[in-house]
Amino acid sequence: MIAVEITKMLRRPRTWVTIIMLNALPTLIAVLLALTDIGPRPGEGPAFLSAVLSNGTFFPLAALAVILPLFLPVAVAVIAGDSVAGEAQSGTLRYLLARPVGRTRLLVAKLVSIFVFVLLAVVAVAGVAYVVGVNLFGSAPAAASVSGTTLTNTEIAIRTAMAIGYITLSMLGVAAMALFLSTLTDSPLAATLGALAFLIASSLLFTLDAADALAPYLPTRYWLAFTDLFRDPIKWRDITRGIGLQAVYVVVLLSAAWANFTTKDIKS
Amino acid sequence: MINTTALTKSFGQILAVDSVDLDVREGDIYGFLGANGSGKTTTVRMLLGLVLASSGEIEVLGQRMPKHGRTVLPRVGALVEGPGAYPHLSGRRNLALLDAAGVGGSRSTRTARVDEVLEQVGLGGVDTRPVKAYSLGMRQRLGLAAALMRKPELLILDEPTNGLDPQGIREIRDLLLSLHSGGTTVFLSSHLLAEVEQLCSRVGVLDRGRLVVQDELATLTAPTGNSVVRTPDGDRAHALLDGRVLSKDGDRLTISGTDPSTLNALLVREGIRVSELGPERRTLEQVVLEAATNSGSDRFA
Repeated sequence: MIAVEITKMLRRPRTWVTIIMLNALPTLIAVLLALTDIGPRPGEGPAFLSAVLSNGTFFPLAALAVILPLFLPVAVAVIAGDSVAGEAQSGTLRYLLARPVGRTRLLVAKLVSIFVFVLLAVVAVAGVAYVVGVNLFGSAPAAASVSGTTLTNTEIAIRTAMAIGYITLSMLGVAAMALFLSTLTDSPLAATLGALAFLIASSLLFTLDAADALAPYLPTRYWLAFTDLFRDPIKWRDITRGIGLQAVYVVVLLSAAWANFTTKDIKS
Repeated sequence: MINTTALTKSFGQILAVDSVDLDVREGDIYGFLGANGSGKTTTVRMLLGLVLASSGEIEVLGQRMPKHGRTVLPRVGALVEGPGAYPHLSGRRNLALLDAAGVGGSRSTRTARVDEVLEQVGLGGVDTRPVKAYSLGMRQRLGLAAALMRKPELLILDEPTNGLDPQGIREIRDLLLSLHSGGTTVFLSSHLLAEVEQLCSRVGVLDRGRLVVQDELATLTAPTGNSVVRTPDGDRAHALLDGRVLSKDGDRLTISGTDPSTLNALLVREGIRVSELGPERRTLEQVVLEAATNSGSDRFA
């Protein structure tokens, strides 16, 4: 069933359009930077962007930092919000369940296929950004870490791979939320917008000092912690907390989705 | 093949299916009739484990549903409330994906089985165009093909001829009859009386959630013990047969007694012209209309 879901995701034109669009903004930024040579001052603008001008191998990270706060979660919410509700709307859900595919299996297969989509999207963005970055800005043999020490390009590559993994995991909370909402409604749009509302609420509360007590539990709280992978030595605290927090969201929301979906009358 | 005991489903305050005891036997073509909103589709969905019953028991192929869905459903082919397919994929790809999604569909025979069922439903020559470019009738045929993929012992079909032209309806009817003669039991839910009358051996009628009739079609439409005479000399016939005439409707008289030949001789001897004479049979429509208390629950009077 997991293979079937992944095949369906890969055969869907929307998957590839989304990935192309995710690449558009970082590529545009790279071209603008290369043409004008005006980088953001260190500490301003998206993470790593100021470092890109001197070393193009940093551009995959800058590109990920660009799409991370909004574009990537929106894409995840669209795909995940459609996962069950879209099947209901196209009339295929009843045939899948009467095939039969167990309802729990279907949910898990959907979540795995969303995870594969996120991984594919993040790897594609990083890959395109690497090619764009190295071609537009050239590569230096080494670069400064966030802590000021020197990182070789091999180290940057390894840590970029780790960042790709971390960012993919970071999206699971939003994905699980959209999947849960997708089992509640037969409208993919409603599920997607609900997940986006959840995301926006989290981002908003994070900026509010009065909500400080809630901050450690917000799903977006540790998203940018992937920059800690480029400290020397790596600062693991927020990374592990971020992964743990996403795991909690996935367990809670997937359980809610399971409880709802396995007892639901399929009337679509 | 299908047995339900006091099957009941309520949605909040509304009782959609009320204590239904279905009895579909092996080898039946069972016509499940009912007006729109009478609970047919809800019943079909409960048989397939899509809607969960409020109370009562369901047995399909001798096993409890929905508990044994994993072993029962691979042996059942279903078409529920219209076909469903991924619009951006071809019909072939849709069938293959659905087959791969569950158990009981061997991968090595998949391509051959897809070709076979497409041929069966009259889509054999279909190309790689996506389902979104299909006509309504083609989609309906594709839905039927999906139901036939694993040579099911039991077909549960909800309005299978929806969207088909008269030619297509005939083709599907012939297909169902040939599958039936090959040993497939068919459970056909429909509101088209003519369709059921032409195909089915047993009939169940659902009215506002209750099963009000369940019997052999032949029994339901058996001669009533009366005869029907059509004659232009209605008044004279009425006078002659006074006492035996049950009703007179224009030139049509219903007469008690089942001996048309004696009746004919009597009438002709008196010089009464007879244009039509035969035993009275109830049509399925009469059976259904008599059993059903109203014409449909989508009407609010």
